[in-house]
Amino acid sequence: MTIELAAPSLPRRSRRATIWRWARNDLRAVLSLSYLGLLVIVSLFAWLIAPYSPVEQNVAQLLVPPSAEHWLGTDDLGRDVLSRLIWGAPNSLYASSLAVSVAIVLGVPVGLVIGFLGGWIDEVASRFIDALLSFPPIVLAIAVTGVLGIGLTNAMLSVGFVFAPVLARLVRAQTLVVKNALYVDAARGFGASTAHIIVRHIVPNAIQPVIVQVTLMLAIALLAEASLSFLALGVQPPAASWGGMLARAYNYIEIAPEQMYAPGMAILLTALAFNALGESMRVALDPTMKRR
Amino acid sequence: MAKLPVLIGRRLGQLLPIIVFATFVVFALLQFVPGDPAVTLAGDYASKERIEEIRQQYGFDRPLLVQYGVWLLHAVRGDLGNSLLSSAPVFDLILQRLPNTILIASYALVLAAMIGIPLGVLAATRIGSRVDTFVTSVASLGVALPSFWLAILLIVTFSLQARWFPATGARAFNVDPRGALQHATLPAIALATGVIAELARQTRSALIEVLNSQYVRTLRAKGLGPFAILWKHGLRNVSVTLLTLLGLQVNRLFSGAVVIEAVFAIPGAGSLVAYSAINKDFPVVQGVVLVLVTIVILVNLIVDVLNALLDPRVAEA
Repeated sequence: MTIELAAPSLPRRSRRATIWRWARNDLRAVLSLSYLGLLVIVSLFAWLIAPYSPVEQNVAQLLVPPSAEHWLGTDDLGRDVLSRLIWGAPNSLYASSLAVSVAIVLGVPVGLVIGFLGGWIDEVASRFIDALLSFPPIVLAIAVTGVLGIGLTNAMLSVGFVFAPVLARLVRAQTLVVKNALYVDAARGFGASTAHIIVRHIVPNAIQPVIVQVTLMLAIALLAEASLSFLALGVQPPAASWGGMLARAYNYIEIAPEQMYAPGMAILLTALAFNALGESMRVALDPTMKRR
Repeated sequence: MAKLPVLIGRRLGQLLPIIVFATFVVFALLQFVPGDPAVTLAGDYASKERIEEIRQQYGFDRPLLVQYGVWLLHAVRGDLGNSLLSSAPVFDLILQRLPNTILIASYALVLAAMIGIPLGVLAATRIGSRVDTFVTSVASLGVALPSFWLAILLIVTFSLQARWFPATGARAFNVDPRGALQHATLPAIALATGVIAELARQTRSALIEVLNSQYVRTLRAKGLGPFAILWKHGLRNVSVTLLTLLGLQVNRLFSGAVVIEAVFAIPGAGSLVAYSAINKDFPVVQGVVLVLVTIVILVNLIVDVLNALLDPRVAEA
């Protein structure tokens, strides 16, 4: 019964109308998209928005509590916390998109190919994917970062490598479902080439759960970046990162406990926004869910 | 139903390729260290003779698969090489620190199961109610909450202000069980939060699916009360899913332990791997990864066997 629903040839207009209806009905999606849009703008114009330089030290004003001059106070080196928070945004967004892009580039083609080919290649590759999935992700990412050399880009390449098998497995499962669908059989019967089937039928139909998973993965990548930067394995000082700010604030927790609220809230809200967006898309894109 | 040893044997057979691949990945880690591993291992200011000696000693001149075989044989016998920093045997280092990690991880797993699963059941049996909305929102919050930030907040509230729990450190469970649990409580709570959220969500959706199924509808039509349906049919049918889920949380807990141990200054396997990676002590990194992935695979084996005991349909698969 769901075969007609999953058919690939939905007219363009109805798909656009679906997205529009989704945005209108889903306050959660609108809120998280606005927040993330704001974050992107802040990231692009950090140099314009930030009131101070994120790295400029001022020994006369160490660990100053919030004031009119420094809205969120200053850190242990006299740097403006608000400015560092703003400059942390581009680093966080860069980090999560890098990790997720790596996971897509590595995971999606592998999943497509092994799902489509099947046979012993699928068997061997699936076992390899299972093996990679049994590694504790952060531990593996730390090990790979150590080997590649410590720094944000290497750390996020490692995180992307760790995420790739998750996407590969998802895409493989989707490919298997679509590969055996009646309309693909029909296309094959009309003499469609393998490339045509993959590009025109499998990719468009397998992509929806991938989009959802990728959005949720952005949140996990963000938290991974924050953890690695907290451990001094990610963003390197003096560059600003939310995880790194928490690590510094933790050292002065008894003198200036207010230092740890802003970076933590920034991480929490951004991860929440990615998750909320992913969940909303899951509901909107799932053909079996009832439309409101 | 197959006898237990047969079952374990068959599962081990299925797991064997996974174990081989996983160990190969761990072995391969060191192969990707930029430059010549012998030079790296010899450290700065090593003489040419010393580098050549190390190359022979570690067998870097032999083919890769032979090196892997030798490494695996040593690893199976508990020889994971020596730390480059302290030159202590890697295996001993891990053995000293692993109990602390296992304590906070299992504490967290128990907390998560005791809180997360009931929350999920509560929400699933009252879909759309305020309880459901509350559980779902708390779960979304828990998934997005950075655990190390929560850890710091817990320290501020319960150690520095209320002084209920010690802020940092760890005690050996076999020496001082009370002290060990006291030290492990805040780390376990910080570690458990994400898992509680995950378990609550997954329990909710698994149970909703069972309660909406045809046979539950039939039972309801037969006049069976909601309580009996939940206990005798609902939970029994999701128990396999829940057990599998619990097993999958183990590698999540180990991941979380890395940061949590850093916050609470716990000398565990997680803080060991972070410290060693920063200081380029690769044999230790390799050893910890190997031990942790082995534990994860073994836990999943146990889960598989328990599932087969719980549900004969799984045993036949």
